[in-house]
Amino acid sequence: MIMKITLFIPCFVDSFYPQTGRAMVRIFEKLGHTLDYKPQLTCCGQPPFNAGYWDESRKVAVKVLDALGDAERVVIASGSCGAMLKVFYNELFKDTLREADARALGEKTFEFSDFLVNELGVTDIGAKFPHAVTWHDGCHGLRELGIKTEPRALLSNVEGLELREMGEAATCCGFGGLFSAKFPSISVAMGQVKTKSAVETDTKYIVSNDGSCLMHIQGVLDRERRGMKCLHLAEVLNQGW
Amino acid sequence: MPTTSSRETILSAIRRALAVPAPKPGHHAGESEPQQEPQFQNTFSILGQEAATSQKRTWLPPVGESWDAWADLFAANSLDLKTQWILCADEAELKTQLQRLRAENGWTKIGLHRGELTDLAAETLGLENFYVDDGYDAHQLEKCDAGITQCDALVAQTGSVLSTNQSAGGRVLSILPPHHVVIARREQLLPDLPAAFELMQEKYGDNYPSLMGFITGPSRTGDIERILVLGAHGPKKLTVLCV
Amino acid sequence: MAIAPEKIEVPAGSGAAHDDNFHNPPEKPSAQFHHDADEKTADLRHRDLIQSALGKYYVARAGKQSKFQNWGAARQAAAEVKWEAVGHLDKYLREFEDKISARGTKVFWASTEEEARDYIVGVIKDAGARRIIKSKTMTGEEIHLNAALEKEGFEVAESDLGEYIVQLREEAPYHFVFPAMHLSRGEISDLFKEKLGTAATDSPEELTMIAREVMREKYIAADVGISGGNFAIAETGMISITENEGNARLSVSLPKIHIAIMGIEKVLPKMSDLALFLPMLATAGAGQALTGYNTLLGGPKQPGEIDGPEEFHVVLLDNGRTKLLADPEQRDALSCIRCGACLNVCPIFKNVGGHTYGTTYQGPIGSVITPHFKEMQTWKHLSSASSLCGACTETCPVKIDLAHHLLQNRRNAAQQKPVWSEKWAMKGFAWFMNQPRLYRLALKLAPLAQAFHPLVKGRRLDPLYVWTAGREFPKVKRETFKDFWAKREK
Repeated sequence: MIMKITLFIPCFVDSFYPQTGRAMVRIFEKLGHTLDYKPQLTCCGQPPFNAGYWDESRKVAVKVLDALGDAERVVIASGSCGAMLKVFYNELFKDTLREADARALGEKTFEFSDFLVNELGVTDIGAKFPHAVTWHDGCHGLRELGIKTEPRALLSNVEGLELREMGEAATCCGFGGLFSAKFPSISVAMGQVKTKSAVETDTKYIVSNDGSCLMHIQGVLDRERRGMKCLHLAEVLNQGW
Repeated sequence: MPTTSSRETILSAIRRALAVPAPKPGHHAGESEPQQEPQFQNTFSILGQEAATSQKRTWLPPVGESWDAWADLFAANSLDLKTQWILCADEAELKTQLQRLRAENGWTKIGLHRGELTDLAAETLGLENFYVDDGYDAHQLEKCDAGITQCDALVAQTGSVLSTNQSAGGRVLSILPPHHVVIARREQLLPDLPAAFELMQEKYGDNYPSLMGFITGPSRTGDIERILVLGAHGPKKLTVLCV
Repeated sequence: MAIAPEKIEVPAGSGAAHDDNFHNPPEKPSAQFHHDADEKTADLRHRDLIQSALGKYYVARAGKQSKFQNWGAARQAAAEVKWEAVGHLDKYLREFEDKISARGTKVFWASTEEEARDYIVGVIKDAGARRIIKSKTMTGEEIHLNAALEKEGFEVAESDLGEYIVQLREEAPYHFVFPAMHLSRGEISDLFKEKLGTAATDSPEELTMIAREVMREKYIAADVGISGGNFAIAETGMISITENEGNARLSVSLPKIHIAIMGIEKVLPKMSDLALFLPMLATAGAGQALTGYNTLLGGPKQPGEIDGPEEFHVVLLDNGRTKLLADPEQRDALSCIRCGACLNVCPIFKNVGGHTYGTTYQGPIGSVITPHFKEMQTWKHLSSASSLCGACTETCPVKIDLAHHLLQNRRNAAQQKPVWSEKWAMKGFAWFMNQPRLYRLALKLAPLAQAFHPLVKGRRLDPLYVWTAGREFPKVKRETFKDFWAKREK
């Protein structure tokens, strides 16, 4: 069945990692689906939400509700922004006029790997990536959305790829949005726990389904001159075809 | 009086607070579907005793169906807990084992209470006996090499000894001497914790001893670098003889 | 009465001077938190010690939890039992009081920590008692009981090994289940050598035996035993104490008076509920199937019994708990059984350690409840000091929605008293994000600005200093996704 997929490209993907979005476009086109994108949308409203300023968050979030109201399926390249739309919008708009809209949006919104595996039933894109990689579970994808097996299923079908799990795969990388700026010393220490565990796998790549985590992990890796590179799952699935 | 007024203050604050209902646990505000775990029709606590017990049994660690399976499980748990578990074929073997323990540990003075099995132990060991039944001096009890007690039950699921101050010679005998020796009958071995609570209810009704408790292995601590050390404040050794 | 009590100075170190003005804190809790967090995260030895100690816990817990036939169902049931108990707290507390009083126990209700302290001091004074043996009680820590007892000239000994160690160091417990986990055996050996005059050793066993010998005489000599309580059973009128060392068993058995202090939320409806709660507390808290000693106490020494205290007092403490009860969103936080699992899995705790929190209850549960027990604006920083990773919620044996409660505290704090700089920053952020053209213009200019970034990067002048002090900042791409899409649409 051909679906009309509306991509939600979060701010950090748009500006720092547009290749992740381009990879998603190429993958969904390969699978024969129709794509849509709302260029007026950039932010899901999570920063003010997490800071406790829910009125300000709603100002951003209503634009998302408005723009995506008629979308068929919404797919996001980040577990964290996915959790914002799927889980936290329900809390944000609880007992407001937009409560039903928030619930409806949550039900048709999916994180990228969840959508591929559970909605499209696709676990093999036909990608090739002849490298050993390790996986980072983004917290919101893992614990708010329950995504753990889906990305691993997708990676297991990438030709030549060897997944070496790290001990701290499910431990927070320390990003946490504004937390990383409010408590930089803790955030960096958490990042160091993550990079140490990743380095122990003796791989060159850390792959994840959350670009915001990867931004933080890459920042710590580069400062430590670890010589490892972070890749979004979509970038890996975009290789070799 | 502060007592009365604080009691009333707290109780009325509770009633005021509870006038506002709260969402059921296990899922949070705004979430439509509860998480995967089953939701119970009635709160588990207010179910009948039998239903509550049978539900708990399906969640707690499995224990097996037969007495032999329970004995094997108690033995395996004992190994893990560093409890010395001795299953005796008959009373003759119990006596032999007690004599062996006496020799191995160099006992000269034992603390104990009156009871069928503890009397048998006293007779077998022939040592200086320190009985606690009619009151005792704690310094003297502390100097005993071992405290020998009976118990209410053994719990296979956790390798625990269930005892009360009534069954085991008061509150202190089982804890102050450096070695606690429990003698139990085979029929006292229970499968699991729900059975242990049922036993307490059936046995004591509304007239509970003032102290009841599960002893699970010798006294232990992990307070230094999470490294296990036995004999923190209570007994360094726990021996369970089952006959 | 010739021997003078061993004088123990009122703690004044930064670890001990915690959580309210009882000790006159040297600085604002939020400033202290930031300062200590910076210091502890820079202390790699400390981080390694905590993470290796917790590594042992993870292995033990995973092993024991996997023995359950259905941990998920047990968790849901435990959450619902506590929900029933907390949801009818007045009824169950009255039932508990009736039952336990009928067997000669005195129940005292304390609204505040002062009331609880005054009552306990009064009981001890009335009895003409002086020597006190304590087994671990976090509620006792919460009301700063030791300082109050020492002020009266009583001799107070903490009998739990970890508590004894931190008492000798004159500091607060580091973790409410593992009070001395921040110390290596070498530090404990040095401490014992200095305070007790014992020989140096690097054997945890020898160190434990030193404490055992010191404490033995104290149990026998003590006039009063003070304990906490893990559960109060309404149906039968009992309290249940969970421990490993046997120190609580001794403390509640040998002295003539036993005083137990516990929060009002500790009540469970039925005795048989313990068949679930005792193994779950042990598994989640310490990776044990059951802890060494689980003791139910239903009164003082009864007629015909061999031993036991002549007086038994139970102090039921509110101290802010009814405020938390009145918040339906976070009411489930009163279900907490204080297993400490949320601390053990918390990446913040693992990197900043327990003393940094400056609270009686550290980690996620402490960050959630402290603003309710005390005051929101002074303690809201703890709710911000979280990446909201949700490991706490995932591990909690009674399913408290901890991570989301941290979010709710942030919201409540901002609604109650916004920090205007933050509020305007967020207003500005929201406005900016709703101006697509301005946003695109800013991104066009960003690469230019970033070309000059190396001049200031990682220095105080750097506008991104909070980020770049410890990490590299990514580069804005010349072609954003929006640019790509615009071209694609053409």
